Amino acid sequence: MKKLINNPEVVVEEMLEGMEAAFPQYVKKLEGCNVMVRADAPVKGKVSLVSGGGSGHEPSHAGFVGKGMLDAGVAGAVFTSPTPDQIFEAIKAVNGGAGVLLVIKNYTGDVMNFEMAGEMAQGEGIDVAQVIVNDDIAVENSTYTVGRRGIAGTVFVHKIAGAKAQAGGSLEEVKAAAEKTIKNVRSMGMALTPCIVPAAGKPTFTIGDEEMEIGMGIHGEPGTKRTKIQPANEIVEHIMSKILEDLPLTSGDEVAVMINGLGGTPLMELFIVNRKVNSILSQKKIRIYRTYVGEYMTSLEMAGASITLLKLDDELKELLAAPADTPAFKQV
Amino acid sequence: MVNSQELIQILTKINEKIAENKDYLTQLDSAIGDADHGINMSKGFKAVVDRISQMKDKDCGSILKTAGMTLVSTVGGASGPLYGTAFMRAGQVVGSKTELNFDDFISLLEAALEGIKLRGKAQRGEKTIIDSLEPAIEAIKKHKEEGEAAALKRVVEAAKEGVEYTKKIVARKGRASYLGERSLGHQDPGATSCYLMLKTVVDWITENKGL
Repeated sequence: MKKLINNPEVVVEEMLEGMEAAFPQYVKKLEGCNVMVRADAPVKGKVSLVSGGGSGHEPSHAGFVGKGMLDAGVAGAVFTSPTPDQIFEAIKAVNGGAGVLLVIKNYTGDVMNFEMAGEMAQGEGIDVAQVIVNDDIAVENSTYTVGRRGIAGTVFVHKIAGAKAQAGGSLEEVKAAAEKTIKNVRSMGMALTPCIVPAAGKPTFTIGDEEMEIGMGIHGEPGTKRTKIQPANEIVEHIMSKILEDLPLTSGDEVAVMINGLGGTPLMELFIVNRKVNSILSQKKIRIYRTYVGEYMTSLEMAGASITLLKLDDELKELLAAPADTPAFKQV
Repeated sequence: MVNSQELIQILTKINEKIAENKDYLTQLDSAIGDADHGINMSKGFKAVVDRISQMKDKDCGSILKTAGMTLVSTVGGASGPLYGTAFMRAGQVVGSKTELNFDDFISLLEAALEGIKLRGKAQRGEKTIIDSLEPAIEAIKKHKEEGEAAALKRVVEAAKEGVEYTKKIVARKGRASYLGERSLGHQDPGATSCYLMLKTVVDWITENKGL
């Protein structure tokens, strides 16, 4: 394993300390917890958003803590859900009296730990609601699984629910905006190389030099199929056809696009992916309202990318376009 | 059968067992999950031992509840809330007792199972902890009349069979459920860690209580 770290046991703490040192105007780390909160938390009278999950997906989630997005990002061990006590500390630290919305990615561990924390907070009289993001269309959503996984589409939920909260929405309204986003967002990814969890010290899976995995999850979970690598255009065509099958769009519809790098793929390749996404959507006369290209929800050093489409209406457009000022997402 | 001090010794043994099997559990998890089960469980039980080592004057309920809360706050993932809830429920059911008899052992296992089912919204046959724990409890109840030694032996056998059974079924809960048919043939890491714990408890009782 070749990594720029000191000790695998403390990568999360040291990362958050470094992040706090870089962005003191945005975030502060809660003493003794792996929790990053807004520097001005708690914001009185505003609904607060708490998200989080395993680490290794940076800038998710702490990078989106700031005005117009999250109030707290809770960082678990690499690829491991944070524990209820940490999430509970985050809820208490950001509760400004108007309630707290938990934005949870759909993984068994995350859901259980956030639910336990929510129960603890409700026990102390804090108004808590939750939404579960499940945008990854690669895996079957059936009674035989725990449902689809939450991946990069979660960032759109942070953005839109965050804007609604910033605009003074009630807990119910912020939750409704989050749910509308979840209903209209779809993602799918692919990977070229595995990643190495620092504490494990070896790759999470093996893949041949000439192979790629379509539908790869953000923790190295297997996707839908493994094939010989193809040119970017063909990969994008395949992923887009799957997304458009699941999220029917008609000519004149408007979408937001996110091309998300998984950590080991250069921007050059992400733009090549976006070029094809753009041409497919243009051909179908689907209007692109905004495009985001970059690293939003990574998987350590994994090479690969995911494509996310969010179908917009006037409300979602307005909330998506609202300003946000966080370490990793800035929009004027 | 087991007093507070001995309960602490058993939990210490579980910690050693999990630590010995850290890589094995992680390896099982890497096949169908996210390759962290051994790492997180060994971190959690190490913390449990640190926290309970000075509790020999406390009742068994407090020791088990402290173990549960420690697991919840240190293990993370899905195993933390599941095993944490299991130990907390077990602690609740034995309450202020300072010595546990054979029937207490059965009731604490039943409470643990109920806690896991509730928290995980899972049942037997979905490739989880439950697949080794539930048959173990059934075995101990069924063979109770044959004597403690015989019944305990059956616990280990049933749990082991449960672990083997997980190779033949498709995961329907947790991250492995996404694999569908691809989870066939793989042994469930949660059922395995549960078996290792049960075996440790039984081995300790057998050795130290002359069964």
